[in-house]
Amino acid sequence: MTAIIRTPGLGRLAAVESRLFLREPLAVFFAIGLPAALLLILGSAIPGFRDASPELGGLRPVDAQLPGMMVLLSVATLALSTLPTALVVYRERGVLRRMSTTPVQPVVLLAVQLAINAVVAVVATTLTLVSGHLVLDMPFPRALLGFTVVVVLGAVAMFALGLFLAAVAPNSRIVQGVGAGTLFPLLFFAGMWLPRDLMPEALRRVSDFTPTGAFGQGLVGTLGGHTPSALHLAVMAGWAVVAVIAATRTFRWQ
Amino acid sequence: MLVSLGQANVVGQWREVPDRGGGRYTPSGTSAAFPASFAIPTVVGMAIITVDNLHKTYGTRVAVDDVSFSVDEGEIFGIVGRNGAGKTTTVECVAGLRAPTSGTVHVDADLKEQVGVQLQDCSMPDKIRVGEALALYASFYSRPADWRGLLSEVGLDPRTAFAKLSGGQRQRLSIALALVGNPRIAILDELTTGLDPQARRDTWELIARMRDRGVTVLLVSHFMEEVERLCDRVAVISDGRVLALDTPAGLVSQVSGGQRLVFRTSASVEPLRSLPEVTGVAVDGDEVVVTGTADVLTAVVNVLPASQMSGLRMDRTTLDDAFLALTGRPAA
Repeated sequence: MTAIIRTPGLGRLAAVESRLFLREPLAVFFAIGLPAALLLILGSAIPGFRDASPELGGLRPVDAQLPGMMVLLSVATLALSTLPTALVVYRERGVLRRMSTTPVQPVVLLAVQLAINAVVAVVATTLTLVSGHLVLDMPFPRALLGFTVVVVLGAVAMFALGLFLAAVAPNSRIVQGVGAGTLFPLLFFAGMWLPRDLMPEALRRVSDFTPTGAFGQGLVGTLGGHTPSALHLAVMAGWAVVAVIAATRTFRWQ
Repeated sequence: MLVSLGQANVVGQWREVPDRGGGRYTPSGTSAAFPASFAIPTVVGMAIITVDNLHKTYGTRVAVDDVSFSVDEGEIFGIVGRNGAGKTTTVECVAGLRAPTSGTVHVDADLKEQVGVQLQDCSMPDKIRVGEALALYASFYSRPADWRGLLSEVGLDPRTAFAKLSGGQRQRLSIALALVGNPRIAILDELTTGLDPQARRDTWELIARMRDRGVTVLLVSHFMEEVERLCDRVAVISDGRVLALDTPAGLVSQVSGGQRLVFRTSASVEPLRSLPEVTGVAVDGDEVVVTGTADVLTAVVNVLPASQMSGLRMDRTTLDDAFLALTGRPAA
């Protein structure tokens, strides 16, 4: 870690990579614009979303359920699509290989990519919360500490899964396909289309043990003022550990 | 471990050249210019790269069987051979990108700081601008060259995005990236493959200028014209082995007295091989190329009547012919 921070040219590498990220309008839109826009559009257009619902413990869907899903959508898109695609393209094009002939090793580029995506995830989360607060009168997270812990742990688990995808995908076309193929079922288990409270019991049990199910419940729960459940924290931590180990064992630089 | 890579004795010294904003390495070969106190290292010769009995296998496939050569400081050293001969694996072992299965590679320079590498199939992100890429790579090194000067030398606009560059421009960027760390050694792998003739000539000009800077160049190629024009010495590699190692002129004279015949025939050319005047017979498409001594024409028509040949022409041998005679097949 300290070796990476002391790398010559680290500041310039971070600046160039950030600019490259911002030059991809689609990546910026899907990760930052889409979740906040969906929150505002769905929250304003669907009348029921602004009425208190007994199934949600008296909260409105725009208070916790919808913003929780939108934060999850940002993090999951960045982790399972944007980051692994960028890394696999860099490997495929020999960018990592070229760097390995210089005094700066390609692991530094990987670290910079991770950091940029993490920063974008924080920006997207903040944008979702602030725009929801301003437009839909959505309260800020009532359990702020718990919410922060869930965001950090969930992001670590999701990004670790993304690194594993980048490690095993042979080329950029496949990583995009596999990324989408992983993202959509995981969003389903999180309750993106069918709120968890409406899921049958068996499906809810499965959802508890998926990384996105645990992450999504943690987000919705803490936005609604609840303490995150130990089970969900443990599930996210478990996925993080397993995925990090799998990614480091399988990652290829060329 | 048999491999010794990395920093060894420093043979020579750095001098600051203010107008270039960086240092220039002065080879110890010009030792007359050095103060008397400069210690002459106890390294035999002035080899900056020494490869001994390099052997590399991928699984069961032998990529490099037995390759030995040494490169002197300041020279342009060529490695030629057909696709799959083991050229790239050899230079990747020299660059420290692959570990030899057996044998040794010794490079008398810091591999990361002082060796600039241009690899095949290495590109850049589409949206990076040329100036950004060079400034970025310059920032990785402790003694970078002035990247703006390098860019104007290779004739590129710093604002152009990588995706908009032509093949020749990409290769020129690749050269600039290999030089941006102010290296003592530049390793260039198939630099001009896929370029049009004009772009190829422009690239040769840049390589020739590297030598003027005192950079040692290890050049992998399968264009004999390129090697003949640029290289001080050449190693011919075939099936993972060095078939010959000499100056381009030396290689040409090694395989022939300087004459070659090219013709088409439907008759067998096998009897020609046993003639004392013939040094090589190779079939290149529907043409037969016979190399030999000054009397080769008389000897050949005694065996194969001129009436059985068509399109006969005779000219001086080139490195292409030498390569053909050495390996029995054309290079490209």
